[in-house]
Amino acid sequence: MVTLYINGLEVSVEEGTTLLDASRFFGFPIPTLCHMEGLSPYGACRLCVVEIGEGSNAKLVTSCTYPVTEGLQVRTGSTRVVKARRMILELLLASCPQSKTIQDLASAYEIRQQRFKQEYEDCILCGRCVRMCEEQMAAKAIGFRGRGEKRSIGTPFDLHSEVCRLCGACMYVCPACQLRCTYTTPEKAICGGCTNLSPPCLEKETFDDMMCYMAPCVACEIKKD
Amino acid sequence: MDRLKSIDDLLMLQKRLIADKDPSIPTIVIPAGTCGQASGANDLIRITKRELLCKGLTNKIHLRITGCHGFCQMEPSVAVEPYGTFYPKVGLKDMVRIIEAIAEGEVIKDLLFVDQETEKPIEKQSDIPFFQKQVRTILARNEKVDPIRIFDYIENGGYLSLAKILSNGNPHWVVEEVKASGLRGRGGAGFPTGLKWELLTKQTNGNGKFLVCNGDEGDPGAYMDRSLLEGNPHSIIEGMVIGAYGTGATEGVIYVRNEYPLAIKHLTIALRQANELGLLGEDILGTGYPFKIRLVRGAGAFVCGEETALMRSIEGKMGEPSQRPPFPVQKGIDGKPTVINNVETWANIPVIIQISAQEFFKMGTKKNSGTKIFSLVGKIKNTGLVEVPMGITIDEIVNDIGGGPVDKLKIKAVQTGGPSGGCIPAKMFDMAIDYESLTQAGSIMGSGGMIVMDENTCMVDIAKYFMNFLKDESCGKCFTCRKGTQRMYEILNDISMGKGTLGSLDLLEELATAVKDTTLCGLGQTAPNPVLSTLRYFRNEYLEHIIHQRCPAGVCKELITYSINENCTGCQLCLRTCSAEAVIGKKKELHRIDPAKCIKCGACKSVCKFNAVDVR
Repeated sequence: MVTLYINGLEVSVEEGTTLLDASRFFGFPIPTLCHMEGLSPYGACRLCVVEIGEGSNAKLVTSCTYPVTEGLQVRTGSTRVVKARRMILELLLASCPQSKTIQDLASAYEIRQQRFKQEYEDCILCGRCVRMCEEQMAAKAIGFRGRGEKRSIGTPFDLHSEVCRLCGACMYVCPACQLRCTYTTPEKAICGGCTNLSPPCLEKETFDDMMCYMAPCVACEIKKD
Repeated sequence: MDRLKSIDDLLMLQKRLIADKDPSIPTIVIPAGTCGQASGANDLIRITKRELLCKGLTNKIHLRITGCHGFCQMEPSVAVEPYGTFYPKVGLKDMVRIIEAIAEGEVIKDLLFVDQETEKPIEKQSDIPFFQKQVRTILARNEKVDPIRIFDYIENGGYLSLAKILSNGNPHWVVEEVKASGLRGRGGAGFPTGLKWELLTKQTNGNGKFLVCNGDEGDPGAYMDRSLLEGNPHSIIEGMVIGAYGTGATEGVIYVRNEYPLAIKHLTIALRQANELGLLGEDILGTGYPFKIRLVRGAGAFVCGEETALMRSIEGKMGEPSQRPPFPVQKGIDGKPTVINNVETWANIPVIIQISAQEFFKMGTKKNSGTKIFSLVGKIKNTGLVEVPMGITIDEIVNDIGGGPVDKLKIKAVQTGGPSGGCIPAKMFDMAIDYESLTQAGSIMGSGGMIVMDENTCMVDIAKYFMNFLKDESCGKCFTCRKGTQRMYEILNDISMGKGTLGSLDLLEELATAVKDTTLCGLGQTAPNPVLSTLRYFRNEYLEHIIHQRCPAGVCKELITYSINENCTGCQLCLRTCSAEAVIGKKKELHRIDPAKCIKCGACKSVCKFNAVDVR
């Protein structure tokens, strides 16, 4: 067991726990976007930052990736933390304003203005879909490409990946809904029969081996009959 | 080459090499690093070889091709040993004359380096002001060694430090010695090297430990590591073997970016030679100690210089930083404990063992011992690599070694530490250079890039340039680093186009602080430095851009206009040069520029011989 202080409260948690899990367990809320139970922590969205350390050594770290250490002082809602989170949310709003998740978070943090040039990207590159595909679906069909502003998520060469089972799990976990259904082009598509009134798997042979996160999948069920 | 089977074999070999050499025979030394080759050193070498062969001088004059000596401005240069004569910017025809003069034992006066202040020729390299103030413990070795000849290195005392520690037989002593020397990591952060090694020594988990040499030098305008890797690869190999012996590491990796083909070539040769001679491999010098080094080429991502990203890259994964803890020293490459040091740090290790930690500690200041190589570039007379003791002032580097500004413009600032560093204004030039003072001034030591800027440099433009670099080179994992650098660039671009408001300055500052606070790795945490430091010291320039819509340095195209003043003689040179046909005027009459057509390329100003083009 490791003893640490969260917002002044002395707590003991098991070794290897992350600061996020520890804080949430003891009732201190921390907003997250890229974190998801069942997926390995990644630390991409930076929304879960908390302040650790004292005085001039104090710094912000992402609670989802930082393991608990003995005697650590953690502040989950200090001025510095809230300021940083508000700036992150403002940046998020400026880039992908359509996401309901981001809108809710922004309003919870009372973001009243957005001072950057408005963009309408969708993906925030949180990597949930990439980790979902690799860790839970064991497929590794999609991944990150490029770096800096050219970074994006997709299959190699933007072609349909042979290991992709069109399960749609990537869409299911997306907080910003990037990988939306591209309907009837099986080369690039990830099914999404759920949102489609005329499910493609009914008509296209290529969708036969589809494994759907919607269990039971409407489209597949119909086909079986 | 026969394998050396014991330490005595090595000492014998060195004695034999020294005995075989006649020091009275003059040697032509031609530096042919990447900088030298770019300015024509290869042609010089060809001519020299031909001349020596044709005239049958091969026994009377020797030739040595080395790496960069540091004075890159004067390349291609030629030095003559043992006299120490230095000829700068040697042409092909001059080379023939020089060879003739050496054969006669003479010096050609009109080819010598001329001091611009006293206008007197200087014969000896050591008397040139550029070299006088330097303490060249590492760079001076570049002059003595042909990088692809291991015997050159051994003859000059190479691998003797290794022999010293192997015959001492106590690994603990090595770590203690490095600790006592006070050597700090030369890669930028300045973590004490000895302490890092001690932490690695204590690691017990797993089998095998890694040592890594970080040669992923990506800062624009910095090339210290390249020159060391090209000019003296054996010193890095020796440093790593010493480190391995001290810390018990079993495997070494030298990570070099693929943009350094010459460094890779020289390193590959050096590694093969060291392996063949038994200075690397299963049984080093017959002591039974094994250590292997392999070369890994980087694919050109700036972020791979960050240690956790570098390890991912070595593992063959995408170069992305990861959370520390666990630190590399606990869990590094393939989960094994790893120590990563910069090229320059490794090059310092043999020196420390050779001259002893106490002597090394005496160089520099108390908390910052030793020397540091800076690459001095920008608007300055003498550009090149300078090696100075820590604690020297910026003024000494810029004005004494660098020779002050080009033309009669005033130097405004120095940018240290590459894209992650900041700008230090001229009023702070009496500041001593060490890790702490630079950090306090809002910059960083970085790997040692030093870009000098004069009045013709716009600070908003500089911040914009670096932000443009960083938005491309950020790995993109952290949202705040990826989007933050993009947004900062966007705001700076607006300001440089005269679209900025006072509110955007506040936003810029707020955003910069948030990016600094919330990113994972060193790249993101230092990315706002160019913005924050220019805002801190040159806020008035930003305000000029925003309030008066004016670029004081005359750089930001949207905010300047070109005009022709009374100095114009009507020579029509600018008229003929202008690609936009914006210059109007008859021969021998005052010209004028049509602002509607002018594309602000500055061609007219650069060709005008009468200083008749104004930029406002």
